[in-house]
Amino acid sequence: MQAEERKPLRNSLILIAGLLLVWEIAYLIVGEIALRSPLETVTFLGKLMRTDIFWPHLSETMRAFAVALVIAIVLGLLIGFALALHRLSGDAMEPMLVALYSVPKITLYPILLLVFGLGISAKIAFGAIHGIIPVALFTLTAVRSIKPILVKTGRVLKLSPVAMVRSVLFPAAVPEIFTGIRVGFSLTLIGTVLGEMFASQHGLGYLLMNAISLYNVDVIMAVTFLLVVFAAGVNTILLAMDRHLHRR
Amino acid sequence: MRLYQAVVIIGFVALLEVLCLAGVIDKVTMPAPHIILRDFVLMIAHGRYFSDIGVTMANVLIAFAAAFIVGVLTGTILHGYRTARDVLDPLFATYYAIPVFAFYPLFIVIFGLGDGPQLLIGFLLGVVAVIVTILNGLDRVPNVLKKTARINRLTALQTAMQVTLPFCAPYLLTAAKLALAYAFIGVIGSEFILARSGMGYEIGFAYTNFDNATMYPLILLILLMSIFANGLLSRWEKLLLARRGQH
Amino acid sequence: MSSAHVTLRGVTKVFPASGGASGVHALGPIDLDIRKGEFFAVVGPSGCGKSTLLELIAGLTTPSEGDVEFEGRKIADIPDGVGVVFQEDASFSWLNVRDNIEFSLRGKDLPAEEKARRVEAAIVMMGLTDFARTYPAQLSGGMRQRVCIARTLVMEPRLILLDEPFGALDQQTRLLMGDEILKLWRATGATVFLITHALDEAAMLADRIGVMSARPGRLIDVVETNWPRDRDSRIVERDNFGLLTSRLWKSLREESMKTMGRTMGGA
Repeated sequence: MQAEERKPLRNSLILIAGLLLVWEIAYLIVGEIALRSPLETVTFLGKLMRTDIFWPHLSETMRAFAVALVIAIVLGLLIGFALALHRLSGDAMEPMLVALYSVPKITLYPILLLVFGLGISAKIAFGAIHGIIPVALFTLTAVRSIKPILVKTGRVLKLSPVAMVRSVLFPAAVPEIFTGIRVGFSLTLIGTVLGEMFASQHGLGYLLMNAISLYNVDVIMAVTFLLVVFAAGVNTILLAMDRHLHRR
Repeated sequence: MRLYQAVVIIGFVALLEVLCLAGVIDKVTMPAPHIILRDFVLMIAHGRYFSDIGVTMANVLIAFAAAFIVGVLTGTILHGYRTARDVLDPLFATYYAIPVFAFYPLFIVIFGLGDGPQLLIGFLLGVVAVIVTILNGLDRVPNVLKKTARINRLTALQTAMQVTLPFCAPYLLTAAKLALAYAFIGVIGSEFILARSGMGYEIGFAYTNFDNATMYPLILLILLMSIFANGLLSRWEKLLLARRGQH
Repeated sequence: MSSAHVTLRGVTKVFPASGGASGVHALGPIDLDIRKGEFFAVVGPSGCGKSTLLELIAGLTTPSEGDVEFEGRKIADIPDGVGVVFQEDASFSWLNVRDNIEFSLRGKDLPAEEKARRVEAAIVMMGLTDFARTYPAQLSGGMRQRVCIARTLVMEPRLILLDEPFGALDQQTRLLMGDEILKLWRATGATVFLITHALDEAAMLADRIGVMSARPGRLIDVVETNWPRDRDSRIVERDNFGLLTSRLWKSLREESMKTMGRTMGGA
């Protein structure tokens, strides 16, 4: 049992080592003109985080992301529940949500900019629409697939509606809902950063785009690295929690 | 149910129309739907932006083809090497959480501002989805079918072509669907952020110039194309699954 | 060179260790002669290695010790002239019934008319005439098994191996399928080797029945039924039938209890 548990950890470490190796080799091939080595990137990131210009941008991104995420989760849950409980709506709207999932949502961003103006609101809206769809879809599936036998059991035990939701429906649906939130987290982050890359004067996405015109490879690599590590790190944690919930 | 869906869509458009005509949504933000439709028809009829549309479509197809072919090959090869697959598994699990677009500036710096960075983004977005889908399909080939192939004394190649491939056909379609959707997102997203041509670029340009007459029809065109392409593949996928009794 | 159709001598099968688990001695040693043209059934408790035995005869796996011979020659890989029907549904969901059956003849060096004739004959023999263009998904489990049997028949095998082919079917269907198998057996003159966990099925169908012990499976008894060749499911009405099944159960009962003890609290 010990050996089996250590394997995924060993595999992840090998993977990370492998990726760093590929990065280093790419750096050696391409050179200073367009890349930085892993070590240089981390060092520069450290320096960058100690400057005054960096934090306003980071906080802008984080604020936009946090608000977008809350909206995505709340609205997603509401929509998901509503569609699950009203069968006809659920059956009809689900394919439309799925279709929306695969559309390049960035095409809608200019509309959002026109509606919300050039500010943090547009970014928040953009991030939110990325995250709402998976949360809604997963919640819809989760609630719809609660086994009827569980509901019957609750009725036989004469549970009140509140108690029914709290002790039967919610625990039964939570694992799948959590997966939706996990996916929504990642997609909201992606949407927020993407929005910043298109039309913004603040935020990490803006820093990236600005660095292109200044040809500042250090900034590009450091900020990209930060975003990747943050996204991957949080997702790995959420994934572990997700698996734990599903194993229950 | 079709009726319900039609009602929802028509209702939504009608609502927009009313709000626009009433002035609740002003002209600068969005023209009324019937005006968008008119501009759309005009745009198609006059063949404006056809070269941009062509550029975008060509890049989408290239990114799609690359992601699909490389993904299928990689997935097939990886399926035979358990250790390699186990090592890569955390990467596949986390891949879609990573903002791949964040790499776009880096690609521009390395490859210059051309089609390369866009294609790379579109490819990177799609390839892992294809690999994971193919691996899933290959995992599910029932042992009894593999034994049947052996009883019939098929060679490895014959088994692959006559048993494994037909069995995995629905998964190949799913993979194609995903690769195409991601190719759209990757290429068009990149065009928006920074490009010199293509539909995404033109929309961005129109936005900066307050040119709603160009912007909205182009947005509508992209939405229609992506929904149509996706819908076609979905249809095909459903047909395939229905004949096999799976849904 | 023995005159038996299939010979097993000193055959054992040990599955090698993997990960932290030790190897599994699944089967043997087994000594067995199967006569040409006979219907031989094997019964035994679950996990005793019946399927492994069948796979050894089919050439799907090789013995750890001992020899398996088919028609006097040692089996190295899948021998020619052997057909197998598995317990799970092996029909191809993307081909209709006719194409499924025809699949076995692909790549075989036969004229097209001969292939068509064989396919048609198999369809008729298995009662699939009305379903030739249907897809397996639209057929019941029993029909799908008929397709698999038909697919085996077109190869005109000299040895037919059946691995609990009716395991997933209900009792009535099983009895009827048993009659079909007997008809087939008489029509083709092939040697039939059947694995089943159902004692009545073995007793009804076979000329001889091998009883296997719990794992590692060995043959602890071989019973002759002495049934007439032209039998069918009505044989269950005969007095001998009850005697036969009770004899089988006597040998089997203890072995089955050993297996149950293992799975329910033992090692």
